[in-house]
Order: sequence, then C-alpha cells, then structure tokens
Amino acid sequence: MVKKETIKQMHEKRADWEKQKYSKAIQKNPERKQKFKNLSDIEIKNLYTPEDIADLEYLKDVGFPGQEPFLRGVHPNLYRGRLWTMRQFAGFGSAEETNKRYHYLLEHGETGLSVAFDYPTLYGYDTDHPLARGEFGKCGVAISSLWDMELLFHGIPLDKITTSMTINGPAAIVWAMYIANAENQGVSKEKIGGTIQNDILKEYIAQKSYIFPPEPSMRLIVDTFEYGFNNVPKWNTISISGYHIREAGSTAVQELAFTLGDGIEYVKAAMKRGLSIDDFAPRLSFFFNAHNDFFEEIAKYRAARRIWASEMKKLGAKKQRSLWMRFHTQTAGCSLTAQQPEMNIVRVTMQALAAVLGGTQSLHTNSMDEALALPSEKAVRIALRTQQIIAEESGVTDTVDPLGGSYYIEWLTSKMEEETYKYFDKVERLGGVIPAIEKGFFQREIAESAYRYQKETDENKRIIVGVNRYKLDEEPSIPILKMDEKGEERQIKRLKKLRTERDATKVQNHLQRLRKAAEGDENLMPFILDCIHSYATLGETCDVLREVFGEYKEQAIF
Amino acid sequence: MIKKIRVLVAKPGLDGHDRGAKIVARALRDAGMEVVYTGLHQTAQQIVNTAIQEDVDVVGLSLLSGAHMTLFIDVALLLKEKQMDDVLIVGGGIIPQQDVPGLKKAGIAEVFGPGTPVEDIVSYIKKNVKR
Repeated sequence: MVKKETIKQMHEKRADWEKQKYSKAIQKNPERKQKFKNLSDIEIKNLYTPEDIADLEYLKDVGFPGQEPFLRGVHPNLYRGRLWTMRQFAGFGSAEETNKRYHYLLEHGETGLSVAFDYPTLYGYDTDHPLARGEFGKCGVAISSLWDMELLFHGIPLDKITTSMTINGPAAIVWAMYIANAENQGVSKEKIGGTIQNDILKEYIAQKSYIFPPEPSMRLIVDTFEYGFNNVPKWNTISISGYHIREAGSTAVQELAFTLGDGIEYVKAAMKRGLSIDDFAPRLSFFFNAHNDFFEEIAKYRAARRIWASEMKKLGAKKQRSLWMRFHTQTAGCSLTAQQPEMNIVRVTMQALAAVLGGTQSLHTNSMDEALALPSEKAVRIALRTQQIIAEESGVTDTVDPLGGSYYIEWLTSKMEEETYKYFDKVERLGGVIPAIEKGFFQREIAESAYRYQKETDENKRIIVGVNRYKLDEEPSIPILKMDEKGEERQIKRLKKLRTERDATKVQNHLQRLRKAAEGDENLMPFILDCIHSYATLGETCDVLREVFGEYKEQAIF
Repeated sequence: MIKKIRVLVAKPGLDGHDRGAKIVARALRDAGMEVVYTGLHQTAQQIVNTAIQEDVDVVGLSLLSGAHMTLFIDVALLLKEKQMDDVLIVGGGIIPQQDVPGLKKAGIAEVFGPGTPVEDIVSYIKKNVKR
C-alpha cells in the first residue's frame, strides 16, 4: 500500500527508534512479560507500522465492504443500515416456560429468537426415554413432538420473526417441526426465515451431540440444503460453527481453520450430490465465538471473510452472494467465571464489542450467571441491554469496519489467514476432514490447547480477574434461576396423551415410508415432514433413522 | 513401592462437554495417578461397572448439563449398593453452591466448580483417598 522507497525509510527509522527510544524506555520500565502472545500463541510485536502490511494491496486484498474479497464486510453499509440481529440463545424446562422467556425477551427489544434444546432433544430422544433421566429441560427446552413446538412458539408470528435453532444430529426432524408449525399457523414455507445449526462435523470434533455416523449424517445435511433451496428459500440450512470448537478449548486460529475447513467439506459434499454451488452457497452461514483477546477476535472474523470468499471462488462459485461469509457470534461461555460473577458483564461487553467491530450479522451476549446455572431473567436482560448500549450509544456502528487499515489489525488478519492455511494443509495430508476426525486429529489439537490454557492459568501466567488474581475472601452470591419442578411430569403426561390421541396407523405408515426412503437414496425431508405432521415424536422418527443408519461412537482419548 | 492411586474419570448422562474431564484426567495422570477415562454418554450402571472392573480408588464425575442432582447421586447410590463405600467420589462442573450440601449428603465428598486450579483437585484426592 505504501511505496517501496518509503518502506525502506521507515525500516531504517524504526531501527533507530528501537535503538534510541525503545531500548531506553525498557531500561526504565522493563517489559511485564518476556514475550507478548495472544491466545493463539502468536507473538505480538511492540508496534506495527505500514512496513508490516507492505505486501497488502488495498484493492485486491482489502477492498470495499460488499465487494470482493469481502474482508471489510458482506454489506456495503453494514450497521448504518440495519443493526445486527440481537438473538439471545434461550431455552429451559418445558415449552410453556421457554415460550414465556421468548415473549419476555421480545418485549425487551430482542430482534430474533434462538432455541436452546435440552440434551434428550439434541440426541433425538423423547423426554420419557430412559437415557433422558435427569436431563429434562436442564440445559435447554424439551421438544419431543410438534405439539411441544406449537407451545414453544405460541403467540409468536413466524412470518415476522426469524429463529435460530441449535440442533444438529436430529436437525432435519426439528426443522420439519418448525416448518409444520408455521404451516399450521398459516405461514407458508417460503415466508419463514431462520437457521438450523445442522453442523455435524463440529459435533464429532467438539460438541459431541452426534447421533449417526458421518456418511448418513452428511446425506441428511445435503438433503436439507436441497430441500431448503427448493422450498424454504429464506432459511439458512446450516450454521457452520466454530463456537463449540473454541469452547472445547481450541485457540482462535484453530477455531477459524477447523470451521472453514468444515464449511468447505459441506460444499464439496453438496456438489458431489450434483447440487449447483450457487444454488445452496448463499444459504450457508457461520457461527463464531467471541473470546477475551479483543484484537485477535476482530482479526479472526475479518480473516474468515477473506478466506471464505477466496475458497468459494476456487470451488467454482460465480454469484457474489455465494462468497459471503455471514456469521452469528456468541460471547465465550468458557471465559465466564463463577467467581465474582458480576464481572462477567464487563467481559461480555468487550467480547460483544469485538464481534460488532468484526461485522457480525447477529449476536448473543452471555449472562453473568452462566458459569453457575442457566440465566435468570434479570441476568439475561442485562446481557441484552449490553448489546443495545453498544448499538445505540457507543458510536462504533457509524462507519463500516472502523478498524480496517489499522497496521496491527491488518497484519494480524493476514497472519491468522496464513496460520489457517497451514491447518488446511495438515488436514489435507490426513485425507480430509472426516478421516482427520476418525484419526482424532482435531480432538487432540483442541485437548492440547485446552490443557495449555489451563496450565497457564494455574501457573498464573494468564491472569483471570477474580480467579487467580484480585480474589475475594468471600464470594458474593447471586440469585439463580429456579425451574418449575412439575415441568417434566407435565411433559411426560403430554407425550402419553399424544400417543393415545393421534392416528396411530397414519403415524406407523409414515414412519414405515421414512424407513424405506432412508434405505434408498431419496431426499428424506418430505418423508420426515409427513411423520411430523402426523405427530410422530422426535424419538420415534429418530429411532427409524438410528435403525437404518446406525449410531456413531467415539474413541475416548484425553 | 507405593501403590499408585487409581482414578476413574467419568462423564454420566448425555452431556458432551468434555473439556474439563479431559483436563482433569490428564492432570491427574501427570501427577502420577493411574487414570481411566470412560468417554461420553455413560449410564450410572456403566460407570459403576467400570469402577469395579478397574478396581479404582476414586471416581471423578464431570457434568455441565445441570443433571448432577440425579446422575451424580445415582452413581453414589449404586456404588454404595455394590459395597464400594471406600471409593472416594468427587464431582465437578456447572454446579450451583446451593446444590453442594445435597450432593455431599449423598456421598459426593467434594465438588469442584469452574476456576478450580487442577492442583487443588490433585491434592484433595491425595489427602482424602480412602483405600
């Protein structure tokens, strides 16, 4: 970006500055650390200048928002036009309880919904399954049938609000429940908008709520791509997620590399089926974490956009929209402390700000009490207000990509991109994403980083306020969410009632047809929708697929 | 030679959060203990069977889903039933303070929440192991 001659001059001047100024300064105030490193273990220099980004060509490598390489954003006017969607991940207990929370959030200015399901639902079990013991509604809402889905969205117009659903193994089935519920509300498939997470690769890698082995799982995902393109055009059929990879302990670079690598794997799988990249690529979306290292996070989002655009072009995408890396962000749950929990409000504020400066399309801010339990109403309101303060008061939304051009940010963005490609090469050498999963590559990389992070914290090399420094002798206690203890009982009664009242023959016929289709190679979405419309439960529908596809088991390594 | 402490690190229920369990398993091994890790999605019965088979001195349970009041207690009761009262049971995860007394009453000797240095867990086990 700067003339060679000028760079040379700068180089000389900088050497003088190091020698004459900097070395004297550190004699007086020695540096606090021998080396300054970010969470990805990238060493950070004392100062960045145009010399550090001398190779960057503005028009080719940076460009304008809404244009290739999309480094500065996918939308030309970003938040000057529309603010990001404020979407709080929420769900607990029964559908009725969670519905109340959704209304509460919407009343307080939330602009999109995001469903957290409980563990039985995530694994495709009904609440009355033996393996569901103790888990009902604990870390999300229990949804066992279309009936529950109807209660979950009672009084919420599905043509006006978009919904994101964190569901993976049984994503196709839960999506079918959402579609069926909308249809019953009188809202057609073309009108509904939202996202299903539907990202199984990161389940094997990090979050571990998988059901089927990789091959049939990938088939189901491509089925949703195809069905979505033809029938539910406003739906994001996948949210390729780094969030959980990061929560499991990865670094920012690993999060970036593994997530985009997964994304490329999905694109290849869909192309292998014969889908045209420009048909499904515009509906791919991403989901990243916002952790503590402020600039590193911003650089991560920016790098993700540039890498994705470039990789999609290489895969043959022609439409500009296919090159967009649109993403949701959630602040880092793993960075929250159980100690002095109010301090989490401050952490979340900075993490959320990084996401906004990185150009996120939607955002969840964690509540201060989440290292202790599910969030209370007050805690979640503060979390939502945090976003509103950033949006309305801070002024950071007035210009697009305000940190673009910062020597440090641009250098770090390129550096993270470079490190990402190193991981792409490693995975390629292992035979691709799925073979690398089967060899435990990602799992070991993540466990290694997690252990290092813990060790650094335990050895006080990494300071966490309230945990290993600035501790209190007596921890303050904050009120914790109380759940309705009758919820589980009610849910099981509802399931019983459902099973006696519905048309059992119809259910059996539809399940039988689904089984046949699963044994063949048809798109399963229409068959799943028929099952759901006839009030087959999540567990029943999933069991059919379990019987045909088998179940995935991972090797336990630590 | 002093007998090495044998620990079973276990993940009961459907919870997939294994970051903590893996870190603790590794730290205990680095501290010289023999560690068996069950992997994910274990029923209480499976955990207790493994504990018997592996003849462990300590069972460490990790859970972040909130189901600890059911699943930790299931394991503790089943161990008692199998006359394994001398096995030290510890737990960790997202566990609110108000649940701790109930867990202790059921036989979970100690509960380690987020932010616990792993060294604290190592020294607790060394000090309190019963066998």
